[in-house]
Amino acid sequence: MDKPFAITLDPGSSLANHTGSWRTFRPEYVDRLPPCNAACPAGENIQGWLFHAEAGDYEKAWHALVENNPLPAIMGRVCYHPCEGGCNRQHVDSAVGINSVERFLGDEARKQGWKFAPPAAATGKRVLVVGSGPAGLSAAYHLTRMGHKAVIYEAGPLAGGMMRFGIPKYRLPRDVLDAEIQRLIDFGVEIQLQTKVTDVQQAMKDGFDAVFLGVGAHIAKRAYIPAGDANKVLDAVAVLRGMEGHDAPMLGRKVVVYGGGNTAIDVARTAKRLGAEEAIIVYRRTRDKMPAHDFEVEEALQEGISIKWLTTIKEAGESDIMVEKMALDDKGFPQPTGEFERIEADSVVLALGQDADLSLLENVPGLVVEGGMIKVDAGMMTGHPGVFAGGDMAGNERTVTVAVGHGKKAARAIDAWLRGEQYAPLPKAEIATIERMNSWYYSDAPKTVRPVLDIIRRQSTFEEVLGGLDETNALFEARRCMSCGNCFECDNCYGVCPDNAVIKLGPGKRFKFNFDYCKGCGICATECPCGAIRMVAEEN
Amino acid sequence: MLKQMEGSRAVAEAVAMCRPEVICAYPISPQTHIVEALGEMVKDGTLSPCEFINVESEFAAMSVAIGSSAAGARSYTATASQGLLFMAEAVYNASGLGLPIVMTVANRAIGAPINIWNDHSDALSQRDSGWLQLFAETNQEALDLHIQAFRLAEELSLPVMVCMDGFILTHAYERVDMPTQAQVDAYLPKYVPRQMLDPGEPVSIGAMVGPEAFMEVRYLAHAKQMEALELIPSYAAEFKSVFGRDSGGLTHTYRTEDAETIIVAMGSVLGTIKDVIDEMRDAGHKIGVLGITLFRPFPLARVRESLQGAKRVVVLEKSMAVGLGGILSTNVRMALSGLHMHGYTVIAGLGGRAITKKSLHGLFRQAEQDALEPLTFLDLDWNMVNKQLEREKAHRRSGPVAENLLRDVGVVAARNY
Amino acid sequence: MSFQPVKFYQTGTFTVGNRLLPPEERSVQASTKRFNSINSGHRACQGCGEALGARYAIDAAMEATDGQVIAANATGCLEVFSTPYPETSWQIPWIHSLFGNTAAVATGIAAALKVKGLTQTPRTRVVAQGGDGGTTDIGFGCLSGMFERNDDVLYICYDNGGYMNTGVQRSSATPPAARTATTMAVGPAPGNVFGQGKFLPAIAMAHEIPYVATATVADLRDLEAKVRRAMEFRGARYIHILVPCPLGWGTASHDTIKMARLAKETGIFPVFEAEHGEIKSVLAIRRPLPVEDYLRPQKRYAHLFGKTPAVETIAHIQALADKNIRKYGLQARKGDH
Repeated sequence: MDKPFAITLDPGSSLANHTGSWRTFRPEYVDRLPPCNAACPAGENIQGWLFHAEAGDYEKAWHALVENNPLPAIMGRVCYHPCEGGCNRQHVDSAVGINSVERFLGDEARKQGWKFAPPAAATGKRVLVVGSGPAGLSAAYHLTRMGHKAVIYEAGPLAGGMMRFGIPKYRLPRDVLDAEIQRLIDFGVEIQLQTKVTDVQQAMKDGFDAVFLGVGAHIAKRAYIPAGDANKVLDAVAVLRGMEGHDAPMLGRKVVVYGGGNTAIDVARTAKRLGAEEAIIVYRRTRDKMPAHDFEVEEALQEGISIKWLTTIKEAGESDIMVEKMALDDKGFPQPTGEFERIEADSVVLALGQDADLSLLENVPGLVVEGGMIKVDAGMMTGHPGVFAGGDMAGNERTVTVAVGHGKKAARAIDAWLRGEQYAPLPKAEIATIERMNSWYYSDAPKTVRPVLDIIRRQSTFEEVLGGLDETNALFEARRCMSCGNCFECDNCYGVCPDNAVIKLGPGKRFKFNFDYCKGCGICATECPCGAIRMVAEEN
Repeated sequence: MLKQMEGSRAVAEAVAMCRPEVICAYPISPQTHIVEALGEMVKDGTLSPCEFINVESEFAAMSVAIGSSAAGARSYTATASQGLLFMAEAVYNASGLGLPIVMTVANRAIGAPINIWNDHSDALSQRDSGWLQLFAETNQEALDLHIQAFRLAEELSLPVMVCMDGFILTHAYERVDMPTQAQVDAYLPKYVPRQMLDPGEPVSIGAMVGPEAFMEVRYLAHAKQMEALELIPSYAAEFKSVFGRDSGGLTHTYRTEDAETIIVAMGSVLGTIKDVIDEMRDAGHKIGVLGITLFRPFPLARVRESLQGAKRVVVLEKSMAVGLGGILSTNVRMALSGLHMHGYTVIAGLGGRAITKKSLHGLFRQAEQDALEPLTFLDLDWNMVNKQLEREKAHRRSGPVAENLLRDVGVVAARNY
Repeated sequence: MSFQPVKFYQTGTFTVGNRLLPPEERSVQASTKRFNSINSGHRACQGCGEALGARYAIDAAMEATDGQVIAANATGCLEVFSTPYPETSWQIPWIHSLFGNTAAVATGIAAALKVKGLTQTPRTRVVAQGGDGGTTDIGFGCLSGMFERNDDVLYICYDNGGYMNTGVQRSSATPPAARTATTMAVGPAPGNVFGQGKFLPAIAMAHEIPYVATATVADLRDLEAKVRRAMEFRGARYIHILVPCPLGWGTASHDTIKMARLAKETGIFPVFEAEHGEIKSVLAIRRPLPVEDYLRPQKRYAHLFGKTPAVETIAHIQALADKNIRKYGLQARKGDH
């Protein structure tokens, strides 16, 4: 075209005008720590594996999950999911059912027979792991992944520790437990059952370069209750462990459980299933002070378990117990009122917490024990070089998830130590709080409720109470994840830029800014749903 | 083929033979008959393919033409008077964008007071709009100029206004020699736009141009118009070879050889002037007339050449630069700059005032004796004017001028008491 | 046991893209192959809603027509910032003629396409675009004429509520109480008058043209769907897009989309579509908000929130929003995601 001068112009010639020079602020892509990940004691990259689940690629999701936690099917049942407590989605509608998706993935892995990715090349190093509870299994798994040889010495007849001897079947079916342990064995973890370690230093002489202790806390705490000879006063650990034997414990028709933790609930629900007409939990404080998780209390109440709040047991008689009513003082502590009451009881089960058996460490120099727990540093190493510890014996928060997390952390520290290095955890990114996000973009989608086992069956059988999600609602649930703090390639920045100054790099590659044209308006940052862009002042 | 027909019809048929592709029209007297005829031809299919669009204003009419021309269609519209002023912004825009639109202006006075009759105020108000302006003397010339206008416009990529006197030409039935379609096709090539809106080759038309290039753009518009001074005579010559008659060109002289007095005028009044000149020549007066066909670009050199042998020049024009005098005469004077001769400006025929042979005889004779005022208003009723001037001196609220004058003339409708 | 069927994705269709959507449901703007009809290097202010709205709309039109769009543009911000000599940002055939004649220029282009293509339904389509001044004021006559003749043109008005290009003066689309350079926040009734309103979409509907819609830059998919729908019709079509102006509204450059969202969520700006003069659908409010939430971040309403808040004026504006909600049925509905 022989175009008229000046009034007619060639298309797109404005590219010569670099409007980036106008900028006083520049956008930057950032990765922030999602609150679920931050809250996970096992250090799972929850958002990372949900990302694959959202796309329906469950195998990839499972593989991403087991990079941090080898027990998803177990975790999906017994974890108290602090991740969901941190989940930003609760500010939109309700938290993402992370735990149920985890369980779905764990179960799917069992069904499909998925295997762990092969471990790294063998290092020739051998690590002794004492105890096959969650901490031990987790440590052994991660050490194996890194190429070390992990050998577990388990004192008991079966692997699993408190997962087997402390958690009732209706919460964790044993086939699930067995399957995940078997997968670890198949992976190369060696478990020697009925091998009790009484002297760690001696055991290490079996050719081990390091040791990880995860012996748990099996010794029930007792409270002094005057009791007649005929009365049956048992401890919760013994009752729950007894459930794994051939003969179930004899608790009688009326069972009183003393305590307010999850174990007390477990025992009461177990008693109900064993045929008790009445299972009563006696707890000295109020419901809101109860350490047991609210949903477990709720399930127990649904199953007909009664709870006497603000009550202590004064004495146990032959077929009844005497309790005293308590009242909260100004500071919220329970104080005796002098009001007494008798309750019929065939047996009393004490669920007042457990202590660790630390006898195997008696001769180890450098070890420090405080408040019944072994002291460890940031890398889970005890005061004795090369001896690491985790799980219930090394922490206040005694959950399977915390133990799995300890195991992983210890494995990393052991790996470093074996290489003569100092374990240094990676610095954590700032947390992706809801204020840093734009929650408008997330569709309203309430949490999918897991199917709950019919109430009659729950009272009489040890079948699993909570069902799993099926594929459609697991997918739905996974897709409720808001990907807090990390780009999930929603294309918003690419779309909302008035200057076409965002370059889309293609699936999985995210975006970059074209600073030749970016004027620094900041719309991309404001409209980023997940808060993965921040504006920073230009220096000049 | 010789035909007796109305001027508007003749123009409409000529325009139709130029195969316009988009015609947009808004009615205003005295242009209406042209677009009515074209509208009918499009509707009954005799003019096809062509889109005829009844728009809601002259501003829209020119704007539609801008759009259609920019999209590569041969585009035509027609207007007059107020309509031309109403579209003025778009008139300038069409030339600024270099769009070869052809528009008929059926010349008519501009109000207020509103007046539907002929003068040249409308077209001349747009003399600096960047359009080429051709003035027709007769219906035949009006018809012929339209055919040349399309060729000229499209060659230069500039819009062309063909001006013909309202009513005097548009509504006059005269014999015209109507060309054949084959002749027009032979003369007027298919429109090949210089620039065009085309998804296959996108451009941005109508950029904002700042001080860094605006002067250059304006100069180029001027340079382009100047090219027309070369093109027009050759197109007129070519026209003669195809159609067998003289039409168009820059100017026409009539009996100016050895003339001491030359009258200069545009449009249909040239016919009356020629009759008077014939009669005066018969009586021995050395007088002739120069008809201006091309007003923009103004053919300065040709005008100078045509007039420089005379002793005096009388520019008789149907337009007026209020506060100055004449418009055409100002242009003619520029052509004569440095030449020592008498120059007279005669304002005549405004708002349809008849220009009679009798008045012209008197006027020209006065001119020959150099007895004319430099600025003369032909057949002005001084009595009426003076009365109003007195009224205004006497009373601050002396009433509206037009109504006062009508009352003085004695128009019945104005006698409201 | 019944479960919600899986038709839900992380962000549904609120975000520009969604990797979980099948390709046919993805937005034009999410594509790396989008046209960028208006390219980088334009001179719009930081955070310009009009630049964004224009790319959204024209890219959608390009997509719907397989790249066969010619645009006519009114004088105004969009024209000035996109085509200052010697650079143009447009990648499509584009013409700017005047402020008030864009609809007519578009009519001319459409006529030319018909006659050049020897068809009443040419493949190349015409889009006219202008700001609210060029549309509701100076260009209104030509626009109404184009509507009435039902010319095959999609006219898009980018409404930022004033003459921003000339320095933020009032247009007939300036909302009541808003401060502009010609309706200053002084005197007994500061800001723009509470007139009778001149809501052009309703006027367009009164012409009973095939398609009329409103949209905002905050709802990209809705906007794109409307442009696509508009392109399914022949004849005159009108889309009125609310495009916040950081300069004229006195809002932060990064809040452009947020302001559009607030306009829709408060009911100040009804988002709907109509065919042949009848409303066919409305975009319901998702999270209802008081107009104050919309007004407060804008400096053009700062005089309403001084030491003594202009409670009555705010209530008056709220009443206008409430009327919109009633009139267009914008109430939030359950189950809308």
